[in-house]
Amino acid sequence: MMRNAIIATLLCGVSISATAELIHKERSLYQSILVNKHGSMVCLQFSVRRDQRNQSCIDQRRPKEMVFTYTKMMMSALLLNPNPKRVLIAGLGGGTLPMALAELFPEAQIDVVEIDPAVVKVAKRFFGFTETEKLQVFAQDARVFTKRALIRADRYDLIMLDAFNGDYIPEHLMTREYLSETKSLLTDDGIIAANTFTVSRLYDHESATYHAVFGEFFNLRPWRSSNRVILTSQQPLPNVLVLGQRAKQLEDRLKPFGIDIRAYPRQLSTKVDWDDDVRVLTDQYSPVNLLQNR
Amino acid sequence: MSYLVYCLAFVGGFVIMSLEMLGGRMLAPYFGNSIHVWGSIITIFMASLAIGYLYGGRWSVKAPSLAKFGSVFLVGAVFLYPLGYFSEPAMIWIFERIEDTRYGSLLAATFLFAVPTAILGMISPYSVRLLVQTTEESGRVAGRLYFVSTVGSALGTLGTSFYLVLYFEVNTILILLTLALLVVGALALFVSRR
Repeated sequence: MMRNAIIATLLCGVSISATAELIHKERSLYQSILVNKHGSMVCLQFSVRRDQRNQSCIDQRRPKEMVFTYTKMMMSALLLNPNPKRVLIAGLGGGTLPMALAELFPEAQIDVVEIDPAVVKVAKRFFGFTETEKLQVFAQDARVFTKRALIRADRYDLIMLDAFNGDYIPEHLMTREYLSETKSLLTDDGIIAANTFTVSRLYDHESATYHAVFGEFFNLRPWRSSNRVILTSQQPLPNVLVLGQRAKQLEDRLKPFGIDIRAYPRQLSTKVDWDDDVRVLTDQYSPVNLLQNR
Repeated sequence: MSYLVYCLAFVGGFVIMSLEMLGGRMLAPYFGNSIHVWGSIITIFMASLAIGYLYGGRWSVKAPSLAKFGSVFLVGAVFLYPLGYFSEPAMIWIFERIEDTRYGSLLAATFLFAVPTAILGMISPYSVRLLVQTTEESGRVAGRLYFVSTVGSALGTLGTSFYLVLYFEVNTILILLTLALLVVGALALFVSRR
């Protein structure tokens, strides 16, 4: 765990330096929230542990530019659906993803679900996150929001799952039933992008669960990266040529965010690189936090 | 007989807390994992146990017997067993009618756990009644019974959250708990007949 955190930190190019200045600290109902400032870099952390990696960072000199590899990777979802009109994001963090999407698609309706109201406040105060008519945050459990949205018959073109902070994983947000419900929220050409785990036995269980629900999906797992993003599509997955063309079209628009979208098409893999015989995670069986430590 | 009563008190304590731990799992898909969901579960378990203590104590006054004590476990098993089957439709029904997850989870916890927990709550006072012979020893016997059943509760909590959920599905664990109640209840009946 410690080693993974260090690797993640190195890869992300952000060091949790001892000289970082703590500018905000609070204990919410769900976690400890810390905001550190190091030079022009402001970072959000959800634990007091020293080895804990940052959740979200913003460089005040270049606030638009994404700091973390995984947030950039999440944006690869646009290769599968380049023009989402309704977006759902589970997990707010510092608000990097919703702010970027709101700027890229000013016409899109973006809903964010975040269980912890304190995180919403911190994102607004320190990370320049703002709510608008088109960009709304719901302080709710993502599972409950999803079920309510199904009853309302809401549909989304793009759903981003980013609710895990690495320390404690909400077990009811990794099950086959939850993924099926989320899948039912998609439009006919809807996409899911999920920030997921690469470490421990959880990689196998999580991959097998996605496989069971979605069939073939794209695994974006850059070489030597500790990040992995899963992309699923309601439509057949596009081939590398189509992906390449879309990357070309998106390239200029994504560059200001620090995203090299053209690097992703050749990294998207459908190869089954996990043990697919492990038990699928269900509402009946999801000892996710126990599996993570194995 | 006293060893058997202690053994039954232990199993009762184990089952109560194991069920409570499963409660969080069962409610999460519908009401989330927010702190108020745990609040609902703990509230209902406490309130149900309170009622169980009251009625268990009252019931123990007249003609207490090991057979009656054992039957508490059997009745508990009867109400525990169907949880795996009707919990889903019940939670869907509640979810569709109550938007606020606080009251939704409170009602769901009541519906699912109040009856079996209240029945299991009867075990403590009844076991005291069975074992206490004289006023002088009453405190020591009651203390020993609380000790045994609370150790059972601690192990039920730990065993369920550390190990059982790692190997079994929620419904399988419910069946195991039901079986545990049936076995010790039947054992008490068997011993009392001899």
